[in-house]
Amino acid sequence: MKSVIRFIPLILFVLLGILLYRGLFLNPQAMPSAMIGKPLPNFDLPRLKAIEEKVGRDDLKGNIVLLNVWATWCVQCKYEHPYLIDIARDPRIKLYGLNFTDDRNAALSWLEQYQDPYEFSIFDEQGALGLDIGVFGAPETFVIDHTGIIRKRFAGPVNDKIWQKEFLPLIESLEAEMKNAEIAQGAS
Amino acid sequence: MIPELGHFALIIGLAFALCLSIVPLIGVAQNNQQLINSAKPLSFGLFLFVGISLFLLAYSFTVDDFSVKYIASHSNSLLPTHFKISAVWGGHEGSMLFWVFALTAWTFAVSLFSQQLEKEFVARVLAIMGLIAVGFILFTLLTSNPFERLLPNFPAEGRDLNPLLQDIGLIIHPPMLYMGYVGFSVAFAFAIAALMAGKMDAAWARWSRPWTVAAWSFLSVGIALGSWWAYYELGWGGWWFWDPVENVSFMPWLAGTALIHALAVTEQRNTFKHWTLLLAIFTFSLNLLGAFLVRSGVITSVHSFAVDPGRGLYLLVLLAIAVGGSLTLYAIRAANVSSPNRFTFYSRENTILVAMSILVTATITILLGTLYPLIIDAMGLGKISVGAPYFNAVFIPMMIALFLFMGIGPLIRWKKARKGELSKHLNAISIFSVLFGAAWPFIFAGEFSISAFIGMSLSCWIVLAVLKDLFNNAKQADGRWQFSAVPLNHIGMAVAHAGIAITIVGVTMVSTYEQEINVKMAPGERVDLSGYTIEYAGTKNVVGPNYSAIQGQIKVWLDGEFVTLLTPEQRTYTVQTMGMTEAGIHTTLWRDIYVALGDPLGQNSWSMRLYYKPFIVWIWLGGFFMAIGGFLAILSKRYRKRVLASEQKLKQANPVVLEEA
Amino acid sequence: MKPTSIISAITKLAKRFQLLLSIILLNVFALCNVNASPVDTFEFKDEATKVRFQILSKELRCPKCQNQNLADSNSKIAVDLRKSLYNLLQEGKSDQEIIDFMVYRYGDFVLYRPQLNKQTYVLWFAPLIIIFAFIIGVLLVLHKRSKAKQIDLSSHEQANLDKILNKK
Repeated sequence: MKSVIRFIPLILFVLLGILLYRGLFLNPQAMPSAMIGKPLPNFDLPRLKAIEEKVGRDDLKGNIVLLNVWATWCVQCKYEHPYLIDIARDPRIKLYGLNFTDDRNAALSWLEQYQDPYEFSIFDEQGALGLDIGVFGAPETFVIDHTGIIRKRFAGPVNDKIWQKEFLPLIESLEAEMKNAEIAQGAS
Repeated sequence: MIPELGHFALIIGLAFALCLSIVPLIGVAQNNQQLINSAKPLSFGLFLFVGISLFLLAYSFTVDDFSVKYIASHSNSLLPTHFKISAVWGGHEGSMLFWVFALTAWTFAVSLFSQQLEKEFVARVLAIMGLIAVGFILFTLLTSNPFERLLPNFPAEGRDLNPLLQDIGLIIHPPMLYMGYVGFSVAFAFAIAALMAGKMDAAWARWSRPWTVAAWSFLSVGIALGSWWAYYELGWGGWWFWDPVENVSFMPWLAGTALIHALAVTEQRNTFKHWTLLLAIFTFSLNLLGAFLVRSGVITSVHSFAVDPGRGLYLLVLLAIAVGGSLTLYAIRAANVSSPNRFTFYSRENTILVAMSILVTATITILLGTLYPLIIDAMGLGKISVGAPYFNAVFIPMMIALFLFMGIGPLIRWKKARKGELSKHLNAISIFSVLFGAAWPFIFAGEFSISAFIGMSLSCWIVLAVLKDLFNNAKQADGRWQFSAVPLNHIGMAVAHAGIAITIVGVTMVSTYEQEINVKMAPGERVDLSGYTIEYAGTKNVVGPNYSAIQGQIKVWLDGEFVTLLTPEQRTYTVQTMGMTEAGIHTTLWRDIYVALGDPLGQNSWSMRLYYKPFIVWIWLGGFFMAIGGFLAILSKRYRKRVLASEQKLKQANPVVLEEA
Repeated sequence: MKPTSIISAITKLAKRFQLLLSIILLNVFALCNVNASPVDTFEFKDEATKVRFQILSKELRCPKCQNQNLADSNSKIAVDLRKSLYNLLQEGKSDQEIIDFMVYRYGDFVLYRPQLNKQTYVLWFAPLIIIFAFIIGVLLVLHKRSKAKQIDLSSHEQANLDKILNKK
């Protein structure tokens, strides 16, 4: 009995070692969004290009909605912008912008200068919607499915590779989901 | 050429370490005196060549050899020379080399000052330390070579040392800390040697005690300096953040504190041997674990080094060998260690046992809190954070309990307290402590405060207990007091305990009575801060050797009398183009006035953070008292007596007589 | 190991390497600019609210920083969150409501004081369990000894006994 007790420190240490080994392959900086699986909260904010026109959740039309958080103060947004123009051509998705705590005039001239890939941009001067969807910073891209649920948040600039790896599989599975839902509805 | 020599010296150091870890052990196995005696010169060689290597790195820093990658990324020709030298341990690679150097210094010191020990035993101890050196020199050479060149295209100028580290605090804080961390390797080596030899007696404890206390003292100073540095350099006015890197230094300190108490009992009472062995292993393991956590990037901290899983893997293997090996050895050999204990419930042994239990529980709790986010993440359960609110909630109650026992420990008899004796000793001081603690908040602030009451009572309780103990010990048979008769190690204990009490005062007062004001100030404006009048007189532009700064001119008045001019700065370092806040602090024994500039708000007004922090300097002062206590104890004659074989047996056989002498 | 898992391990390594580079380039500290102390000059409706703000801003973690609470961080997200914390307090929300608000949006990660739930039982109760284990251990040892009560030896006899015991 006593000799078994003496092995306890060793056993505890081995367990700790396994844990630390696993820890080596984790990224403590990777931060998943808490909003995944939750519905996109409603909002009442002006459009960037037409400040008098308020928009809400229901104005984000489309089966699969991409909501891209951007700002003119964000350096990486500039890097990401050309890819967004490409992505916006994909017929399966609709790309909207969330202009986050920005200066409106600067944002408008940015869109003029670099082209506007968005259906429209929401002008969130105070960062209210940004806070409600748990934005850390810009750029971030959210994927919202046909039922209005947030399915993914990608933090950082999007490019071709990331699009292929992070977004396309999700879009494909969402398409399949929609098809299944249609079949189920048709059957009932 | 010079960096290559440094690199080469380190390789020679590795060769010495390899020989040191093998040859003396062969000598012991074959009973070959010549081989056993080789341990000492081998230790010297190891120390010498690693020292040369460190010196050459420092030299390369001073001559701005930016072809060396490490120097190019941690120095700059404009950097003042003393910072160039301290930059040697300002990054991962160089601090690793310093770590190794500290290890060889301890190894060499053990070989020098162990003449009175059995040669076989010293040979084993040195061989184990050599083995640790092999692991870490290899780690340095393979994954973190500070001498790596950037050839052929090297930069003409270095990227400069991180401005946060350009500070007197960085010159002395890491060396102290590393001396502490590595110093516990001596206790570890002693424990492993004892397990290998299958012999562990009171004499063994006597030998390893001063080394352990020395390491503990260095670590105390290192932690105190680190906390002090964070306080004045980070500009948040905080002194302890429960950041993983701080926890990693604090855990070995707590475990080490338990270890020195276990050692004291092992030496004087010939018991608690399993505690001593396990704590020696545990403490050193925590140091290795700390190196792993800080240098592998598995935890997020504001202070961590650059992330590198390759290094992490190597360190994990090292950890597995050192800790796994020693715990296996313990599991197999511990049966040979008899640890008879013959104490009762009311005894000093039991008080120390409870104190050690609390210390170990606190250590494990901090370990758990530090690793918990990692555990949750590794099990795929998401991301959580464990921070200061958790640690304070669990740690403070434990410490309160510990401090209660700290008052009893020095005054209770070994083995069995006589009836009524304890209350005779404790009644007066406990009543006085409670009264003192209750009165204090009224005197200081005019109203009661529960935290001030608890903190000040406990502090008073600890101080009175050690004072009473000193008087008891100084009392001669004829009724006179003679303090020179009190052994130095006893005085050391009293001073270290008083250090804890001093730190408690600082912590209590700051956390209870600190004042913080965030305010926008225009030139000429005044605000009131705990009775002081703070006047903002405007800003000045100043230029330092490698930075330019805006310097606020803050006048401090008390009752219409000018106290001081504070000059907090917002610095911009030219090379790293990084902004930095330099707080303006006026320190006295009773309070700090702390001013940090925030943001410019136009028309020369600034947002500012003003603090009044009563007694804060006591926090670190206590740390220095602890260290002084430790060093006093080491100077005690009892550790330097030449222990002859016959004498040794006598002492081992007669521990009770020894203590009561 | 399946090839896919190897690939993912490699990409993870590559990611970390990228991270390493960015850290070296930015220098660890620049990420969140730890050393620039933030100073807000909020006007609170009363002293109690101010104190609650100070406490909450120290209990909530800046979601994007290395390891900093809202009070100590100067990153944009921390500034924004301090502002919304201020607004929530001024609106008269309770501490729990504010915590729920933050957790809903940013997850448990933002709490430096983890909430008590299935995941954190071990964290919160382990200290108690360990200390009780020690206490029971000590009592057991003392109990065993008092049962096997030996005759109280004089210190000299005791020493002789030790000698004999240690000799074997």
